[in-house]
Amino acid sequence: MSILEIQNIHKSFGEHKVLNGVSLAVEKGEVIVLLGPSGSGKSTVLRCINGLEPISSGSIILDGETITAPNTKWNKIRQRMGMVFQSYELFSHKSIIENITLAPVVAQKRDIKEVTEQALKLLARVGLTEKQNAYPRQLSGGQKQRVAIIRALCMNPELMLLDEITAALDPEMTREVLDVILDLARDGMTMLIVTHEMAFAAAVADKIAFLDGGVINELSPAKEFFENPKCDRAKKFLDKFKF
Amino acid sequence: MYEGIDGIRVIFEGINFQRLMVGLLVTLKIAAVSVAVSIPVGVLFGILMTSRKKWVRLLCYFYLDAIRIIPILVLLFVFYFEITRVFKIQWSGEFVAIIVFSMWGIAEMGDLTRGAIRSLPKHQIESALALGLSENAIHRHIIIPQITRRLIPPSINLITRMIKTTPLVALISVIEILKVGQQIIEYNLYRNSTASFWIYGFIFIVYFLLCYPIAEVSRRLEKRWG
Repeated sequence: MSILEIQNIHKSFGEHKVLNGVSLAVEKGEVIVLLGPSGSGKSTVLRCINGLEPISSGSIILDGETITAPNTKWNKIRQRMGMVFQSYELFSHKSIIENITLAPVVAQKRDIKEVTEQALKLLARVGLTEKQNAYPRQLSGGQKQRVAIIRALCMNPELMLLDEITAALDPEMTREVLDVILDLARDGMTMLIVTHEMAFAAAVADKIAFLDGGVINELSPAKEFFENPKCDRAKKFLDKFKF
Repeated sequence: MYEGIDGIRVIFEGINFQRLMVGLLVTLKIAAVSVAVSIPVGVLFGILMTSRKKWVRLLCYFYLDAIRIIPILVLLFVFYFEITRVFKIQWSGEFVAIIVFSMWGIAEMGDLTRGAIRSLPKHQIESALALGLSENAIHRHIIIPQITRRLIPPSINLITRMIKTTPLVALISVIEILKVGQQIIEYNLYRNSTASFWIYGFIFIVYFLLCYPIAEVSRRLEKRWG
């Protein structure tokens, strides 16, 4: 059974239709990268999955549970999915370690000692142990984004949603963030990723879902997609990245 | 009959100074209680103003606009003379003053809070939501701590505005510092031709000493945190 199943979701902002029937199944341990021109609805898919945008129709099923039902307790569901944004958004009034431990302690009611231990392990993993007591303003963009990633990981999510997490970073910082994600993928983390970094997409993805006009035009294994895209739109899209 | 500079005696004659200070205490009590009510309740009101439910927001804006449009003096009169008469209840002027000043303070503090919340980056709240924090937890751990700093200078400013508006309550028979001053002036009408100058001058200085340091603190905090 798929861990996440998106069935024919539609979404409009007023008159503007953003998603016109997107369906996608994500298996446990799978990494799917959503590619497509800007405005194709990639980020909206992620935002619908964790309930930041209500969908107009269709359904989303997480581990057998329909989460788009009207009585969904979104804060419980969101604890099972880690989402990271382009603008990292660490909480500026809290230190790095507090940023990481806040939600596990407050929302998941876990023991602060145990959470702190896990947080320190995660910080060590991304090479930021010495920053544990620093404040977000003292970190570079790449460091902040790495903290945002482990802040989501510390909730022990079943899957991660990454929304253009390197779009606001300088190229040399992009690398340090993407390395963390590649590492996660090797560990078998299920991830749904929106990115504009083609090389990264090729390296990390099991499958590529190509979105255009609010629908998935193509869903192929990554290698196949980059070497031999099936649909014309994907071909045109990929051509733009060739010099 | 005292005249000219000599008239300054009126401030210290008999128990005048003492009476003025007792009046000042009444002023301070009204201001302090109203501020103590306005700030916490106003913050809650401000949070309600950012509610996702439209009818809650509409109700809040209606209250805010009503309080802003109606002069404080009219509110004082309505509560002191009319509501008490229609509903046959006994409220002291001081109590009415505290009610009206709190209603005003809650509205203003609420609007300040609303502004501060709206000025937070939208993604701060989204990323807190994405971490599975409940709305209450987000207010408690993310929003309120982040707006506190921004709110301190303008709320201090609001406190000084509330203090310097208290003399209005003299008109609903609260014997605060201005009213005491007027009584002293009346008593000295034929004994001291400059009594009103000295008494009002004295009250001016008292208000200045009260509000200036507060305003100064607000200015400094604004500079440091602004």
